[in-house]
Amino acid sequence: MGLFTELKDSISRVTDRLFSEQEPKRIGIYGPPNAGKTTLANRIARDWTGDAIGTESHVPHETRRARRKENVEIERDGKTVTIDIVDTPGVTTKVDYEEFTDEMEEDDAIRRSREATEGVAEAMHWLREDVDGVVYVLDSAEDPITQVNTMLIGIIESRDLPVLIFANKIDLDESSIKRIEDAFPQHKTIPLSAKEGDNMDEVYDSIAEYFG
Amino acid sequence: MPEATNADDSDSPDSDGVQIDLISGERMDSMATMEKIRMILDGVHDGNIVILEEGLTPDEESRLIEVTMSEISPDEFNGIEIETYPKSETRDSSLLGRIMGNNESETKLTVIGPANQIETLHKDETLISALVSRD
Repeated sequence: MGLFTELKDSISRVTDRLFSEQEPKRIGIYGPPNAGKTTLANRIARDWTGDAIGTESHVPHETRRARRKENVEIERDGKTVTIDIVDTPGVTTKVDYEEFTDEMEEDDAIRRSREATEGVAEAMHWLREDVDGVVYVLDSAEDPITQVNTMLIGIIESRDLPVLIFANKIDLDESSIKRIEDAFPQHKTIPLSAKEGDNMDEVYDSIAEYFG
Repeated sequence: MPEATNADDSDSPDSDGVQIDLISGERMDSMATMEKIRMILDGVHDGNIVILEEGLTPDEESRLIEVTMSEISPDEFNGIEIETYPKSETRDSSLLGRIMGNNESETKLTVIGPANQIETLHKDETLISALVSRD
């Protein structure tokens, strides 16, 4: 192959990348507090980039700011899907600082509750303005029919965003995937344990299929 | 235009009772989103239970959560408890369904109260059972 042909092919590849590739889709990880959203975000980020996104905790509202991990490249069947992951604070309609006083001093609990309220408002804003798809994470050991879940799924549907429901924590004895499938039969439910890394192949297949 | 204030705040009872405001869809129809949210939250701040005949749209619910969060204050206001019926399997939420005018999911009776005074006891597709207490 001549130098001119190689140069032409090289320029062609660059222009193809510049003009034909889409921007990575922003996928928001949503759900109630303590569903395992940050554990999932960290699992995905570690598997494909080697870095974590945020701190995990059993105390609700550990994530109080939306955090974005850009250009996460997921490889499936020889193809690469590039997404931005947005780990969002757990959504709720109420925050009582006294919920945290068993775990920390009162001043810290009040500060945590203030930051949590700001984080929920921020998560709602991202949902209205800045995400292209949603992974909705539920704790499969808990009853999924709550007002927050009903409202958030309704909000996501009203915006015509693609959504996958992740039934997390299947490693727990009380886990029930069917309860979640029955609650939201209009959406695909994928069981997983983000903590243990169970069923992550199906998780990545589904992400690539829905958001690629 | 209807006032964006509590239904009867000029005549608040001094008794130990819990005031319940049942707000018709007709009253809500002519109100802007923020007027609805202000009316709901003003009522809830006063310790009232607000019942909306036709509920809120998903976008209004999203903004209600956002405004509620901005008003939470330690020892004063912990937020709201809100209940509507969960979506029924038989309801059509598809784009086609909405174009064809099937908007049942947007007109569901909704109960809203102060988080520290209302507790949901049971909820399914056809029943909401709640316990309302005084402060």
